[in-house]
Amino acid sequence: MAPLLNIRSIAKRFGARHVLHDISLDVNPGEFLTVLGESGSGKTTLLRVIAGFEQPDAGEIWMAGERLDTLPPYRRRVNTVFQHYALFPHLSVFENVAYGLRVQGVAKSEVGSRVEKALGMVKMDSYVASAPSTLSGGQQQRVALARALVNRPRLLLLDEPLSALDANLRRQMQGELKTLQREVGIAFLFVTHDQDEAMALSDRIALLRAGALEQVASPREIYSRPATAYTAQFIGQANLLRAEIANGVARWGALAWPCDAAVGPADFSLRPEHIRFTAAPPADDSHTVCFCASIVRQIFCGATDLLEITCQSGHRLRARVPSRGVLEGEYRFEFSAADAVRLREGGER
Amino acid sequence: MYSRAYKAAVALPPLFWVALFLLLPYSLLFAHSFWSVASGAIVRQWSLHNYAELAHNWMYAQVLFRSMKIAGAVTLLALLLGYPLAYYLSFCAGPQKQLLYQLVIVPLWVSYLVRGYAWKTILGSDGVLNGFLQYLGIVSTPVEFFLYSPFAVVLTLTHIYTPFTFLPLFASLEHIPRHLVEASQDLGASPRVTFWRVIFPLSLPGLLAGATFAFVLTLGDFLAPLLVGGPSGIMISNVVVSLFGAAYDWPLGAAISVCMLLLVVGILFAIERLEKRWSFH
Repeated sequence: MAPLLNIRSIAKRFGARHVLHDISLDVNPGEFLTVLGESGSGKTTLLRVIAGFEQPDAGEIWMAGERLDTLPPYRRRVNTVFQHYALFPHLSVFENVAYGLRVQGVAKSEVGSRVEKALGMVKMDSYVASAPSTLSGGQQQRVALARALVNRPRLLLLDEPLSALDANLRRQMQGELKTLQREVGIAFLFVTHDQDEAMALSDRIALLRAGALEQVASPREIYSRPATAYTAQFIGQANLLRAEIANGVARWGALAWPCDAAVGPADFSLRPEHIRFTAAPPADDSHTVCFCASIVRQIFCGATDLLEITCQSGHRLRARVPSRGVLEGEYRFEFSAADAVRLREGGER
Repeated sequence: MYSRAYKAAVALPPLFWVALFLLLPYSLLFAHSFWSVASGAIVRQWSLHNYAELAHNWMYAQVLFRSMKIAGAVTLLALLLGYPLAYYLSFCAGPQKQLLYQLVIVPLWVSYLVRGYAWKTILGSDGVLNGFLQYLGIVSTPVEFFLYSPFAVVLTLTHIYTPFTFLPLFASLEHIPRHLVEASQDLGASPRVTFWRVIFPLSLPGLLAGATFAFVLTLGDFLAPLLVGGPSGIMISNVVVSLFGAAYDWPLGAAISVCMLLLVVGILFAIERLEKRWSFH
């Protein structure tokens, strides 16, 4: 399937500061793609470059066979849901949603039905005559969504649209957003700094770090096979094991597991939930790594406990285990060698 | 929170100020408008004959009408000059914004009289403008109607009051969130459509405030007509000035002042109603 949006080697500087380096990314039709990154990683700038509010210093953007980056924002068939909604304060909810249709000269008879349908989709059809200032944050967010979707864009850009909402409303809106995206079948390019939100919503996640793409993959892939230490630690929690490889075996302290990579140092990521208690004595199975460790700290998280444990060699690990009361002293733990994911080198920037 | 004595002590000076410099003069003015003058002395007898005089003598209505025409023209011109200037500074000036802003403000520090006399020098029959036109050969004899005409009054007052329209316009344009402009373009509106559908409606409170300044200040002006207006450029305030001065008919002058005051208060009241309807923040 040909990609809908094709970002080719985009670079952007603000003065001497490089905000985006050589970004290449495709968005597929109907896809929910999340650009995830810390604040200052350049994710909003990337969105603004696609929308046309910023000009890239290098690179091209193509959409469905048409060059996009040379067009002014009002000629691009993309719409944006802004972080602070940006509803027009002098227009009613109806007129806000009708705005795009009116300026594009859509027939009056069609405007009414399309606006009502769009507002119905976000369950705001009973507020047509309201002024935006009388609506709550969540309601304004819905109107902003309807205002963008009513134009039937090929691509919808969403700039941290849920960040101004409180936690409960936010979770509810996440669910609705995902359902809505499935219904309308429009590709969403969603920007957020919240990895849980990214995991919950996305078909694919593009992780942005200091203006460059760190990894682009599905949530499951990026979680289970993080490419770098940064990815492993940014998405979920991870133990970073700086192991030494020799003779097909990776060694980290007293722990060892088979690894056929080249001789030398290598970083591994091990998720805390992959470390589990074991009662059995060490089996003669090189694919399961067994070790004894004492519990330093126990953090109760509801269904699970997060344990900080120290191996006999003094190396520290974090393990997530099902909750079962207060734990003290030394226990036997194990993990599968396959769960220790080798990371790409040169993760530091 | 605060004791009653403290509140009274704090409130007293402003109350005193208001009573002495606002209520008392207004009351005196109001009282005078019902009195009359007989053989060079003010007669403190209540009657409506000053107002009757104003209603019957068309001269006053004519001058008032002319004053309003001049005020309207000045308002229109000051807005036509002030709006593009404010728009340019707010949206296009970039790093030069502060400098340009100061340059617009600087003329306000120059005395009104100096600016009035400057126009006299420019517009006079042996003035700068006529000299220039004659030098170019466009006219052979000096053009007389530049100076001592309603035209000269409008020109001078437009120059003086344009910064007054600029300031509220600039403030209201500066207050328009820029992401609204982006949202409009994002929804497919060209810069021109964005201006008329988003920027202009949101700048209306500033436009109204600027228009009010220009109109009300012009309506009460008497220096510009005195300096550059000539007989055909006389405005209502000049009539008041002469009634309080050479003509020595304070009661009639007071009656005109009361009418002017009511007119201006009416305008301000209407404008405030409109402004409430047009402001969204």
